[in-house]
Amino acid sequence: MSVQIKTSDPILTVEHVAVHFGGLVAISDMNFEVHEGELVSLIGPNGAGKTTAFNVITGFQRPTKGHVTFRGTSLNGLKPHQVTALGLVRTFQRTSVFDKISVFENVLIGLHRRTAASLFGTLLSLPKERRAEEALREEAWEILRLVGIEHEADELGGSLPYGDQRLLGVALALAASPHALLLDEPVSGMNASETARFIELLDKLRAKGTTILLVEHDMPMVMGISDRVVVLNYGRIIANGPPSAIQSDPEVIKAYLGGGIKHA
Amino acid sequence: MKRYLPYLALVFFASVPLWLHDQYYLHTLVVAGIFMLAAMSLNLLLGYTGQLSLGHVAFFGIGAYVSALTSLGFSISLFGYQITHEPWPPVVGMVLGTVIAGLCGYLIGKLAFRVRGAYFVIVTVSFAEVVRLVALNWVELTNGPLALPGIPPLTLGFEWTGYVTLWGKSQNYYLVLVFLALAYLVIKRLVHSPFGRAMIALRENETLAVSVGISVTKYLVLAAVFSGALAGLAGSLYAHYIQIIDPMVFMFLNTVTMVIMVVTGGKGTLAGPVVGGLIFGIAPVILRNYVGPEVQWILYGLLMIAIVFVLPDGIVPAIERWFNRASSAAQKSEPSLALQTGKG
Repeated sequence: MSVQIKTSDPILTVEHVAVHFGGLVAISDMNFEVHEGELVSLIGPNGAGKTTAFNVITGFQRPTKGHVTFRGTSLNGLKPHQVTALGLVRTFQRTSVFDKISVFENVLIGLHRRTAASLFGTLLSLPKERRAEEALREEAWEILRLVGIEHEADELGGSLPYGDQRLLGVALALAASPHALLLDEPVSGMNASETARFIELLDKLRAKGTTILLVEHDMPMVMGISDRVVVLNYGRIIANGPPSAIQSDPEVIKAYLGGGIKHA
Repeated sequence: MKRYLPYLALVFFASVPLWLHDQYYLHTLVVAGIFMLAAMSLNLLLGYTGQLSLGHVAFFGIGAYVSALTSLGFSISLFGYQITHEPWPPVVGMVLGTVIAGLCGYLIGKLAFRVRGAYFVIVTVSFAEVVRLVALNWVELTNGPLALPGIPPLTLGFEWTGYVTLWGKSQNYYLVLVFLALAYLVIKRLVHSPFGRAMIALRENETLAVSVGISVTKYLVLAAVFSGALAGLAGSLYAHYIQIIDPMVFMFLNTVTMVIMVVTGGKGTLAGPVVGGLIFGIAPVILRNYVGPEVQWILYGLLMIAIVFVLPDGIVPAIERWFNRASSAAQKSEPSLALQTGKG
């Protein structure tokens, strides 16, 4: 299906990616692009290969075929921490925060990429290192305020209410100063008001120019905020276009409603 | 109050030789201090990165042998060449022992951290066994089971200050105390820095840690290098204090002693190995009046099981929790549980 694409060059390109687990084909042949500043949603019924796609893009899963390019750099063979170092940062569906560590320290860990501490300076506790640590703490507060959980800074990550744990997961990813952010079902399990708060946060991030790729089941949210929607079913892309076009696409309707079961 | 506890402890321990004149007790404390140092090094790996090194005594023994051989000198034939080493000052041996043990930590880390968890345990156990067999069988170098006797004690000083050779118990006591304080400071700064945060993050949730850009091998190897070097330093102190070493230093029991000290004291806390080291360093002295050494070991096992059952995190975290609860009950103070690092 051909799509009208924005004029800017894509910053994330997924080309002919296939993932096989033994005989099982998780993704058969996936091609899509994400452009600078765009918010793209990846949707599809359970087991369609959305999370696998995320794992391939972020280096947690080697693709059987094909390759992924981010801002002109091929991600093939890179380890996850190297992908993060390029500015492509993800969140997780489940394991989203460090449970036994305070919220504030969680964000400090997230700021790992921003630390320029030298081992020698650290051991001698040089003024330069202490200033850097101070600046880092200030930055952590800023991120907590942006996400809106600064009042819980001293709580343990695992003791936060569910919605706030999700926000902390995003705060961790934001701390890694992402150029593009990959969110894996960020609002699943959130109630309506938590979801509304989360959408506000996404708006703030977009205003800062962050590119976002979203995997989500919450259809009203997806249709409301996405610039473009990519629909996966049985490991292949069946539709790719703006929300209005997707909602009336016959193949999408068949995939979601054809079996008589509504997954959304 | 909590902040000054380490300084109070330091002052107290510094005062011990002033009122404790029994040489045997002092000797016990010196040996306990050396093992405490080894336990602190193990804690860096086991407590902060979550990787259990069950061959930690290898680094200790390597430090001891390297230091001893450097200060004793040796003459061996290797691949047809005759290599002769003239004795060097013990201080040089101590530096070399620390550096070489750190290097071994680097190699083991590089090799073993491709596979973590149980595999790391197996690699470290095997490493310790290989080193023990080398020490036992390379008779030309190590004297094998006949031991290396007459290791000179440490001599400190410069030409312009005059030299002091540490023969006495209290001199060695202070030497060990200084190194303990330094090691405590180094570990404290390390674990409260971005480096330590990365290690703790890997322990808590490796997938998440990696996703924010933390390199697994880099930080685990870093911990292994520091851990190996500190254990090597402890071994070197041991060699120059006891003045005789044989392959028995590599026995598994020594690793177990370190593990028990760390686990009962509280792994992942700064004070844990100190508290655990004191308990299991002093216990033999108290127990020997009542039971034989074999029974003692059974008792240690039982004591450790009891402590782990009652206080699964160890003694220090339990005291901290109790202290926090008491203080927050007394006044509504701010909760202050940062990383799992005690400041005792």
